Amino acid sequence: MSFWTRFRTNIGAMVGVVLLIAVIAIAVFAPLIFANDPWQMVQRPFLPPFSREDLLLGTDTLGRDVAAQLAYGARVSLLVGLVSTLVALLIGVPLGALAGFYGGLVDEGAMRFTEFFQTIPNFALAIVLVAIFEPTLSSITLAIAIVSWPPVARLVRAEVMSVRKREFVDAAMLAGLTKRRILVRQVLPNTLSPIIVMASLMVATAILLESSLSFLGLGDPNAMSWGYMIGAARTVIRSAWWLSFFPGVAIIITVLALNLIGEGLNDALNPHLSRRKGRA
Amino acid sequence: MSTLAIEHLTIGLPEGADRPFAVEDVSMTIDKGQILCVVGESGSGKSMTANALMGLLPRGVTVKAGHAMFEGRDVLRLPEAEKMALRGAQVAMIFQEPMTALNPLMRIGDQIAEVFAAHDRFTQAERRKKALDLIREVQLPDPEKIIRAYPFQLSGGQRQRAMIAMALALEPKLLIADEPTTALDVTTQAQILKLILDLRDRRGMAVMFITHDFGVVAEIADEVIVMREGRVVERGTAAAVLKYPQHDYTRRLLDAIPTGMLPEQRALSETPALEIKGLRKIYRTGGGFFREAREVRAVDDVSLTVARGEVLGLVGESGSGKSTLGRTAVRLVTPDGGQVLVGGVDLAALPEEELRTQRHKVQMIFQDPYASLNPRQRILGAITDGPIARGTPRREAEERAKELLEVVGLGADAASRFPHEFSGGQRQRIGIARALAMDPELIIADEAVSALDVSIQAQVLDLLRDLRERMGLSILFITHDLRVAAQLCDRIAVMQRGKLVEIGPVHDIFLKPQKDYTKQLLAAVPGSDWEQRNESA
Repeated sequence: MSFWTRFRTNIGAMVGVVLLIAVIAIAVFAPLIFANDPWQMVQRPFLPPFSREDLLLGTDTLGRDVAAQLAYGARVSLLVGLVSTLVALLIGVPLGALAGFYGGLVDEGAMRFTEFFQTIPNFALAIVLVAIFEPTLSSITLAIAIVSWPPVARLVRAEVMSVRKREFVDAAMLAGLTKRRILVRQVLPNTLSPIIVMASLMVATAILLESSLSFLGLGDPNAMSWGYMIGAARTVIRSAWWLSFFPGVAIIITVLALNLIGEGLNDALNPHLSRRKGRA
Repeated sequence: MSTLAIEHLTIGLPEGADRPFAVEDVSMTIDKGQILCVVGESGSGKSMTANALMGLLPRGVTVKAGHAMFEGRDVLRLPEAEKMALRGAQVAMIFQEPMTALNPLMRIGDQIAEVFAAHDRFTQAERRKKALDLIREVQLPDPEKIIRAYPFQLSGGQRQRAMIAMALALEPKLLIADEPTTALDVTTQAQILKLILDLRDRRGMAVMFITHDFGVVAEIADEVIVMREGRVVERGTAAAVLKYPQHDYTRRLLDAIPTGMLPEQRALSETPALEIKGLRKIYRTGGGFFREAREVRAVDDVSLTVARGEVLGLVGESGSGKSTLGRTAVRLVTPDGGQVLVGGVDLAALPEEELRTQRHKVQMIFQDPYASLNPRQRILGAITDGPIARGTPRREAEERAKELLEVVGLGADAASRFPHEFSGGQRQRIGIARALAMDPELIIADEAVSALDVSIQAQVLDLLRDLRERMGLSILFITHDLRVAAQLCDRIAVMQRGKLVEIGPVHDIFLKPQKDYTKQLLAAVPGSDWEQRNESA
């Protein structure tokens, strides 16, 4: 069975894909769907949801359109999630690959360096980094990438170490290929599946991290994000529940979708490890 | 009355499998004290039959029809609770790989005692005593020590004995043995087979013995059933089936067995393709401030030559250092001392960069056809990588690769496919083509046919023999199987614990072995008596 047929038969994963596509579509087409700028005051403050047709989710403490805020917030969340994951992969994959392939001192060095990052709690480090930099979208993205690459390096290292022992790597050595070429062409392609799975889950974690940072007021003040919306609404949570409820739901749906996709990818890429099939 | 009677057993495979039934309309009976050998190649359904009896069928695989009467009850249709009571107590099973079948975190004694505990027999103290008795019965050395040992502290043969002790704990009436000696060395295999024969005589168990090796059949079987693609193709007494096989397939299987018929002696060239002088490789493990490091002399001062156009067989049990020697000769392992001369160049002493340009001189065919090809690379790439790295123009390398695929009997269209589209035997052919593409002076074949079924094994050996004639190949053929070595090799070198025990022309080694160890190895080959009887008849 091909990868795609296996993936398609996984109902959870397909639900995840549909949800994610919906979120992406809303983010991309936000300016077309919503005439209102998310920062612009359009009505009286604290307009409850479903009370006006053009402001379906009501307005916030300053009378801004919550639905538009949500849509623009999706852009920030997805962008930060994707870019920070890519950056984390760019750091983690080469480091882990070198450590796993060359072993010895290279491995020692790379792993001690990784552990240095792992001993500091993720979120605390991210807060410190954002506090040091200016809180802009790029610095937040970078901070998230810096706290999330160590698991990637460890995963890639372990995978590379196991693939390196396979006989086809010996065969490539005998063919006179350079070590670097063997690592890039023979070993790394065989570690792709777990990296893809991990990356899909990392996007979800990154979105949560960004939301948490924004909630604490460490987000980019010029970017509307879900975390910022919840943070701004926490003082009025009892009088205006919808201000924190809808962005919360948005975060849950997006993270859930990514997790479902990640699990589906895992099952489809590693069929022999899949839990639901018991074929000999 | 028979202990077990299987009637018209049919086991269905899930949809999308290569055939609808794993086992189709199979019947067999085993009497008390009888050993029934179920023989077949991989995929013949022989293990499925055993698993069905034990209720160990994988999910999606179900019994579609038939009965298996044991003690007047149909074991296929017992409720799970009764099956559990039956397993271990009445029907016991031993597996191919004793390391994975034993719990690595439990002491041997506790694992045996657990069998009693699971069936609520005896008190703690009695269980321990019984476990000790069993360990003695399966002739494990130093029972008091073994009972407290963990599986990793035992050798492969000892682990299999421990498994047998567990299986025997509750005095089962039927013992199912699924390839129990396949993972073992010949001498250990001979001991385990003898143990099973002894136990059968002493306890009068019925034994269902699953194997792919007709040599083993000749050693222990009373009755034989030959299976192919889920069907029984032949049945009868061991003597009858081995001597007068009726079915074509049985005949082909028997023909495919390396018979120990020795090849004609050939004149060997004087020029050496490979000279190994005083080679040494020591592995050190453990060691620290308080403990001394453990030293294993994997290769201990070995010298030998392979003449141009010669096939030298390197034979030994696992741990004899034969693979290390092979890997040192291609410099996948760097030796601690000695020389590896290929065409006058000492590969063992070259620095890395120079070595890379000399690599092509010695190529290797690997053991595991599933691990030796990159699953994400097309065959063409696998074969042309080496020549292109050496500077051959891509087009030329690709032409040559296609030619070589023809030579090894696959056809040029194999080039654009991925490894998973090929069977084990075909992959081994690809491995051979890959080695040939480098125009090597010497090929090292490390257990190159050990993972293959006998009939496939015979084909690959034929190919190697043919290539030897056509291309004048020099091959260092590493194997644990003397019968295979006898078929192909001009000379044979026997290794034991890192040392070269004996080396000489294949006829001398087989007919007039000088050293005791060589004699032992020859005697342990399963079915050796039967072959001799056959030849004299």
